[in-house]
Amino acid sequence: MTPVKKSKRKTPDTAFSEFMARAYVMEIDAAERYADFADQMEVHNNLEVAELFRKLSHIEGLHAKRILQEMRWKKPPQALPERGWNDPEPPETAAVTDLHYLMQPWHALEIALKNERRAERFFARMARSSSALARVKKVAAEMADEEREHVRLIRDWMKRVPKPEPDWDRDPDPPVYSD
Amino acid sequence: MNAPATVATLAAKDFKSDYKPVWCPGCGDYTVLASITRALAALGLRPENVAVVSGIGCSSRIPAYTNCYGFHGVHGRALAAGTGLKVARPDLTVLVAGGDGDGYSIGGNHFMHACRRNVDLTYIVMDNHVYGMTKGQPSPTTEPDWKSKLAPGGTGLREFHPLVIALASGANFIARAFSGDPSGTAALIAEAVRHPGFSFVEVLSPCVTFRPEQRAWKEAVRPSPVEPTDDPARAARRLMTDDGFNIGVLFKGARRAYAQAGRPTHEPADLEKEFAL
Repeated sequence: MTPVKKSKRKTPDTAFSEFMARAYVMEIDAAERYADFADQMEVHNNLEVAELFRKLSHIEGLHAKRILQEMRWKKPPQALPERGWNDPEPPETAAVTDLHYLMQPWHALEIALKNERRAERFFARMARSSSALARVKKVAAEMADEEREHVRLIRDWMKRVPKPEPDWDRDPDPPVYSD
Repeated sequence: MNAPATVATLAAKDFKSDYKPVWCPGCGDYTVLASITRALAALGLRPENVAVVSGIGCSSRIPAYTNCYGFHGVHGRALAAGTGLKVARPDLTVLVAGGDGDGYSIGGNHFMHACRRNVDLTYIVMDNHVYGMTKGQPSPTTEPDWKSKLAPGGTGLREFHPLVIALASGANFIARAFSGDPSGTAALIAEAVRHPGFSFVEVLSPCVTFRPEQRAWKEAVRPSPVEPTDDPARAARRLMTDDGFNIGVLFKGARRAYAQAGRPTHEPADLEKEFAL
């Protein structure tokens, strides 16, 4: 006789905690990546862009901190049981290869805009998911609204910085061997 | 007698040195560094129990960016140094790191024989299919039709296939990772370190300066559709249809890691006598 398998259904509390842990990982990963970008730009003496990435890192770090406070977690959540997104990296994390040593603040904001849009889509999908708990859906919808607001803020920010010239990446002394 | 002090678990950042990497912004090697430090933390190791050995090239700068023991050796000889270190200090976890030029060209012979010897160490190759540090010459893994000012019309030479060579030469663990997936790469490196014998992890790590088209690798890579095997013949058949973008463990062998046979028969002082003038 086949033994009856115990249900592996998550309790509502566990499912909600996992969702919030995932949101935390998204924010902290984004903060760390922007901090790495700031370091890279500093090393290459692109200080204006470095400062902007540092600012973005700080903002994402504040979002992560707020999740810890809201959940009353004394320390960051441990590794997630599953990723929750299809890409290898969380939806708000910038791709390492997006950088260029001659990039300008506008490009940095363009990267941030792309990531905020991806985060907004992620939370909106969660909010619509038929399998998610009502509580998860509600918070996911709130987070999607927040990300939408971030998209608006970054768009406004982009209006305040000069748009790069078409030949912005032209280097009179390029690293590529050109004899 | 005092109770042993509790050893705190370290985080990835505890394995990073104070030196900031000088790689080009956007280089894949940044996330490989992050993956190595994450793997070391996940393995519960401590910096003083780990040695990172490298050769020459952009990626070979990596020992300086960790606070483990480090050895920045000569071109192509990282595996020779790493092998010697592991044999002399088997208690250390030895990671050997480098690039495709260092490991497959000038260090090609060391690569084959390190696989054959099966000393218990992990070799991580950051493969970007180009010599980046010396300004963009084709490397052994460069595609034959890649055209550049230094290779007009392409080299026309067939690429070196590192996984095939590793398998044929006897590596006990063979995997491919992608730098755009730092968590996945960290997990593969940790698994490689845990596996006894010579473990080889090839990491596709784009060079955005000389090969900007490699940014598209993130769309090309995919998890390997098959589970790892311990059968070299089956692994070889899989490699026949491998296009270079399958990510995951290919082969986990059961060969016993190299161990010294018994105690040495001579002391160093005996050998010195032979050379006395």
